[in-house]
Amino acid sequence: MRKGVADFLRQLGARVTGMIWRLGFASRFFLLMLKHSGMSFRRFHLTVREIYFAGVLSLIIILVSGLFVGMVLGLQGYDTLVRYGSSEALGVLVALSLVRELGPVVAGLLFASRAGSAITAEIGLMKATEQLDAMEMMAVDPIARVIAPRFWAGVISMPLLAALFSAMGVFGGYLVGVRMIGVDEGSFWSQMQAAVDFEEDVLNGIIKSLVFGVAITWIAVFEGYDAPPTAEGVSRATTRTVVSSSLAVLALDFILTALMFRGN
Amino acid sequence: MIYEIAGLPRRKHLLSRRGRRGRHWCGPAIWAKLPPFVFRVPIPVTTGNLVEVDNVTFGYDRRVILRQISLGIPRGKLVAIMGGSGCGKTTLLRLIGGALRPQHGRVRVAGQVVNKLHTRELYQLRRKMGMLFQFGALFTDMSSFDNVAFQMREHTDLPESLIRDLVMMKLDAVGLRGAAHLMPSELSGGMARRVALARSIALDPMLMLYDEPFAGLDPISLGVIGQLIRRLNDALGATSIVVTHDVVEALQIVDYVYFMFEGRVVAQGTPEEIRASKEAFVHQFVYGEIDGPVAFHYPAKDLRRDMLAGAA
Repeated sequence: MRKGVADFLRQLGARVTGMIWRLGFASRFFLLMLKHSGMSFRRFHLTVREIYFAGVLSLIIILVSGLFVGMVLGLQGYDTLVRYGSSEALGVLVALSLVRELGPVVAGLLFASRAGSAITAEIGLMKATEQLDAMEMMAVDPIARVIAPRFWAGVISMPLLAALFSAMGVFGGYLVGVRMIGVDEGSFWSQMQAAVDFEEDVLNGIIKSLVFGVAITWIAVFEGYDAPPTAEGVSRATTRTVVSSSLAVLALDFILTALMFRGN
Repeated sequence: MIYEIAGLPRRKHLLSRRGRRGRHWCGPAIWAKLPPFVFRVPIPVTTGNLVEVDNVTFGYDRRVILRQISLGIPRGKLVAIMGGSGCGKTTLLRLIGGALRPQHGRVRVAGQVVNKLHTRELYQLRRKMGMLFQFGALFTDMSSFDNVAFQMREHTDLPESLIRDLVMMKLDAVGLRGAAHLMPSELSGGMARRVALARSIALDPMLMLYDEPFAGLDPISLGVIGQLIRRLNDALGATSIVVTHDVVEALQIVDYVYFMFEGRVVAQGTPEEIRASKEAFVHQFVYGEIDGPVAFHYPAKDLRRDMLAGAA
């Protein structure tokens, strides 16, 4: 009995220290990546190529999801607002919920599963097939040549994708609210224009999406770099990327919203 | 290095940056009379060995892989390091390439102690080394051409037209000029190995490291790779180390052989000496006998007891 408890405690301790150790390793990896980021900007075509893979190829899923989320918001928002006789405020509701919350968060979740998983799998497989070792033997630092461009591509893509998601969502809300249900078009747009503040709403949304971009791509490149060089290791790392970056997006969203919340 | 020979403590030069560069340096009087560039001239390595492994011990955690191993690789020669799977051959290759650092001992390449170098110096040295990985390790997102051009683009400012000519020459040397546009996924195993070989000689290295170059190849590709290794070594004036367990192929092309067993060098000699060796392990290895110093059975309990345990 006593032995069982001791074993349990020992395993618990090993787990916790293992996690802390890994967190420290991830932080050092992050700093190293920043230190070797020069090449990503000096030879910007390396980053542009990754922006194509992470950003441009995610466009379809982002745009289609944005449209549907906006359309659902139009329906649900109208249903609620019409009870208070303020269906003209539909534009405000759609725009604010997208720009402040849904745009960055849903785009972040989609980005994590579309681009984050691809980055992890690619880097993990490059490691498993000794491509990273080969690069190092050729006196080229894989962190500068492979990792950092992918990281910056993700950081640059994410706010743009979130903005496109929000724009598409507003358009979806317009389609349902104005075209389908028949909310007054003039008040839909003018109320939106009057209520959405640039600093308070748009800028905060951009900050959120930027933070999500850093978190998702950091997790993705680290999991790929740290993956055991086997088929099983890479598949596990890919799963972990999607799970932990999705959780990170939601948790960070709460923290950022709490910091930005003014209560007026 | 030169300071150590002058009999002066290293610290002194680290304190004075000018001293390190050799200008206004207050050394022995006679040195001051020499023109400043003399201090920057590296001392030529006079010994015949390009690579020297000196009393190296290496292990992961509690598992010891190399035990106080020492060997030398003469300049211009093609040397094989042979031994069974898991005897530490590849580890030794990685130590020479600076990918791993030994717990004890020194690895010298061209007079420089690899395991004491900083990253920048190590990368400088690696530009003069080429390594062929076991399965080629080609970059899967680039064509054969771009794979071979990779190092030239990373390390030189050569114009693209010149790079194109150089790449085509390298690919021609391995017989794959016509496959320049193919992606690695479109190449057969033997072709991928040859493209990887062309890539590793891209910058005309002084030292070539081959990690199991014959593994998993058909007899024709095997012969091709073997001949290429020999010819490239002589044409480049390079020194090559081949880590392999393919006795037949290796003994045909190499100048000298080191045999490893359990992290030690147990035999060495020219291919003729190895073939004629009376040593039990070498004999078992060269002639592929099932039982010998390397036992057929993995250490286990008594067979009878194991069977009875199953019946109980």
